[in-house]
Amino acid sequence: MNRYPLWKNATVIIALVLGFLYTLPNFFGEVPAVQISSVKATVKLDTRLQARVEETLAAAGIQPTGLFFEPHSIRVRLADTDTQLKARDAIEKALNPEPADSSYSVALNLLSASPDWLTGMNALPMYLGLDLRGGVHFLLQVDMKGALTKRLDSISADLRSLMRDKSIRHGGIVREGNTLVVRFRETAIRDQAKFALTENQPDLDLLEKEDGPNHLLVATLKPTAQKRIQEFAIKQNITTLHNRINELGVAEPVIQQQGADRIVVQLPGVQDTAKAKDILGRTATLEIRMVDDEASANLDTLQAAANGQPPAGTEYYVERGGRGLLVKKQVVLTGERLTDAQAGFDGQTQEPAVHLTLDAAGARIFKDVTRENVNKRMAILLIEKGKGEVVTAPVIRTEIGGGRVQISGRMTTVEANDVALLLRAGSLAAPMEIIEERTIGPSLGADNIAKGISSTQWGFIAIAVFMIAYYLLFGLVSVTALTANLLFLVALLSLLQATLTLPGIAAVALTLGMAIDANVLINERVREELRNGATPHAAITAGYERAWGTILDSNITTLIAGVALLIFGSGPVRGFAVVHCLGILTSIFSSVVVSRALVNWIYGSRRKLESVSIGQVWKPGAETK
Amino acid sequence: MEFFRIKKDIPFMRHALVFNVISLITFVLAVFFLATRGLHFSIEFTGGTLLEVGYSQAADLEKIRKQLESDGFEDTQVINFGSSRDVLIRVPLKAGETAKLSERVNASLQAAGGEPQIKRVEFVGPQVGKELAEDGALALLLVIIGIVVYLAFRFEWRFAISAIIANLHDVVIILGFFAFFQWEFSLPVLAAVLAVLGYSVNESVVVFDRVRETFKKQRGLTTPEVINHAITSTISRTIITHGSTQMMVTSMLIFGGAALHYFALALTIGILFGIYSSVLVASPIVMWLGVSREQFIKAKKDKPEGMTEDGACV
Repeated sequence: MNRYPLWKNATVIIALVLGFLYTLPNFFGEVPAVQISSVKATVKLDTRLQARVEETLAAAGIQPTGLFFEPHSIRVRLADTDTQLKARDAIEKALNPEPADSSYSVALNLLSASPDWLTGMNALPMYLGLDLRGGVHFLLQVDMKGALTKRLDSISADLRSLMRDKSIRHGGIVREGNTLVVRFRETAIRDQAKFALTENQPDLDLLEKEDGPNHLLVATLKPTAQKRIQEFAIKQNITTLHNRINELGVAEPVIQQQGADRIVVQLPGVQDTAKAKDILGRTATLEIRMVDDEASANLDTLQAAANGQPPAGTEYYVERGGRGLLVKKQVVLTGERLTDAQAGFDGQTQEPAVHLTLDAAGARIFKDVTRENVNKRMAILLIEKGKGEVVTAPVIRTEIGGGRVQISGRMTTVEANDVALLLRAGSLAAPMEIIEERTIGPSLGADNIAKGISSTQWGFIAIAVFMIAYYLLFGLVSVTALTANLLFLVALLSLLQATLTLPGIAAVALTLGMAIDANVLINERVREELRNGATPHAAITAGYERAWGTILDSNITTLIAGVALLIFGSGPVRGFAVVHCLGILTSIFSSVVVSRALVNWIYGSRRKLESVSIGQVWKPGAETK
Repeated sequence: MEFFRIKKDIPFMRHALVFNVISLITFVLAVFFLATRGLHFSIEFTGGTLLEVGYSQAADLEKIRKQLESDGFEDTQVINFGSSRDVLIRVPLKAGETAKLSERVNASLQAAGGEPQIKRVEFVGPQVGKELAEDGALALLLVIIGIVVYLAFRFEWRFAISAIIANLHDVVIILGFFAFFQWEFSLPVLAAVLAVLGYSVNESVVVFDRVRETFKKQRGLTTPEVINHAITSTISRTIITHGSTQMMVTSMLIFGGAALHYFALALTIGILFGIYSSVLVASPIVMWLGVSREQFIKAKKDKPEGMTEDGACV
């Protein structure tokens, strides 16, 4: 008798049902949608905005088929592309009254059309790679050496001010490659300096060296500090890229770290690479300028300025609190002089504060400016898209030297964090370079999908026709198992949201072509057992059992190759490897367990089984007799 | 339907020497072409810029070449890709060039006329290409070690060695084809080569499984007879399986378009040579290495408890 215990049958049925459910979203296709996300770090999405979007749509007479609020975006699902365009224009008009200074990006997107109950159980369509949906892919290399030199430059400024404060006389600080070299006349002073440095700069490794009459102190960054600086640099660059890419209005950008020093940027649907490259490479600038306090205090002048007539040499800006102020056009410092900005607390009052670090040249300028302008206000501006925004406008209380600036007063911790982020957003922590670029037009993407699917389809049909012709009912069982394999594979890919690429589709085809091997092995074994005179039931049992060892061995060797590709492959090879490995795993289950379950359902309950439909079983003895 | 009606075991091993000599000659030829011609690596490996451009009418390649040359692009390659309306342009990597190059090429193409539509742009910097080549080599090494260790553990070291020799010989022959015809060796082709390596080891595994089983069941057969029996009784499965896989690959070759062309081609060569080598190259090597019945009888005693008598194999 060939019967599966209940749990095995149940496993097969449950697996098939789940496979079907998770494959289902791929058949519904996608519907047009409008996606709203914030462009500026100061503007956050909230439920009020959602209400505004709803009102706007209602006012325009557009009935959305769905509205989803997510942490970083609001998505509106619409019936067709015409309403999509109408809705986009309406929302754009309502949210961004001034096109030149937009706070939100309103982008066209596609959302899965599958019913909500499917989306609710996390059943989503497969995630298509850029080569299938079209778009731009960049691989950026972050110059880690640049990050370290930048940091060393700012440390050397710190050392200068530190030694000045402690009245330690040195003969100059020079950066040589990745080290800072400080010269001294006497060893006693050097010892003093070394003591002070160890206390104040825990990140440095100090080494004494002699150079003729000079006594040197060679400082290098500790490996842990280097690592920290590099990690910070890459995070910082990713944040900056995020801010910039938001401006492009891309629906689902991917910005990820790859390896220790690389960043992948993928912009689906973007065709204008020139603009994308421009935005990626651009430095949103930060400017420090003086506030014209006298003019700002005069309400009439301020009113006139708000109406577009600011006094000569000044510009009108609105502070984040909503108050207007007049800022001189002359730039004191630019963001290039800023090496770091961190939120923290004031050392004495424990108020939230933002700590800025300037490089050596910046520190000198800043010292002069603050000395001359005590009790006046200075404005820190972030210039985005040629439009300035006052991040903060603090009062100068004393002369500030040494390049360490603290902005405090009337700030909450959240605000301090936001300001620090904005200040950092203006600059990249380390220079970056595009080392790989791939652009795929949308027509080519659709073409790739069509070609990938038709090759899989025709290959599958050819195999199915052959198998059924050669093995009859057992062939049908094999083909059904192969279909189940395809179902499981697509379901897994959808569930894991692994990126499907053209090599991935090729891997689906190839894996199906290889998976049939297991069923051929089984069918041949069953025939062989029949040839040797076994009863049909015994032949089925023996065929499946004996083929199992071979199937396992051969799949494991294939899997070894797949895993190696997964580990070492990148880009297209990884896309291939993921599908290949998953396909091998699903094929073992479907070709052995699912096909056996089918055979058991067909033949298992028949007590007297005379023959099975597995095609002609030729016996060598029959002709010789 | 039954294709294979074999009454007696086919004496494959009588011709073992012939098979090995044929293999050796193809292998040496492949190595020769690899050494003299080298592989035609895609820009993924060499670095550079590639543009796929679509025209509404058949493109005038000569005109495009002249325009590019007059705009200062040296050593560019302009070829048709898939159809006469699609053109592929490769610009080699030069020191100091950045990703901006593709824009200048595009401007030059626009100047050449014919309303080109950029379908695809790829730019690969020098550091990426070098890493890819290293990673490819490492992946190959890992596959070889993994398979040898697994087969040595599941079977015997003699099987492991001969399977890997037979299948590496396949890989070298695929590469030899790519070198001889100067087909483009791209990342998907590399993936295909490694997949073939894993796949054709299957073949050897199936035969070896039978060899082991026959050794255990049948007494009094010589080693060549055992191998002949094993190959004969699996030959029908070998042909049918490979035929099925090849149907899929052929379908890719026909319907997959230019993007999958070389991928499918590498698989085709791999599958065809895989049948030959894993059956007719691996088995003689096992024989030369001196496989014998005693190795399995002894191994049987060492088996841990709970394992089936025949080692759970075909």
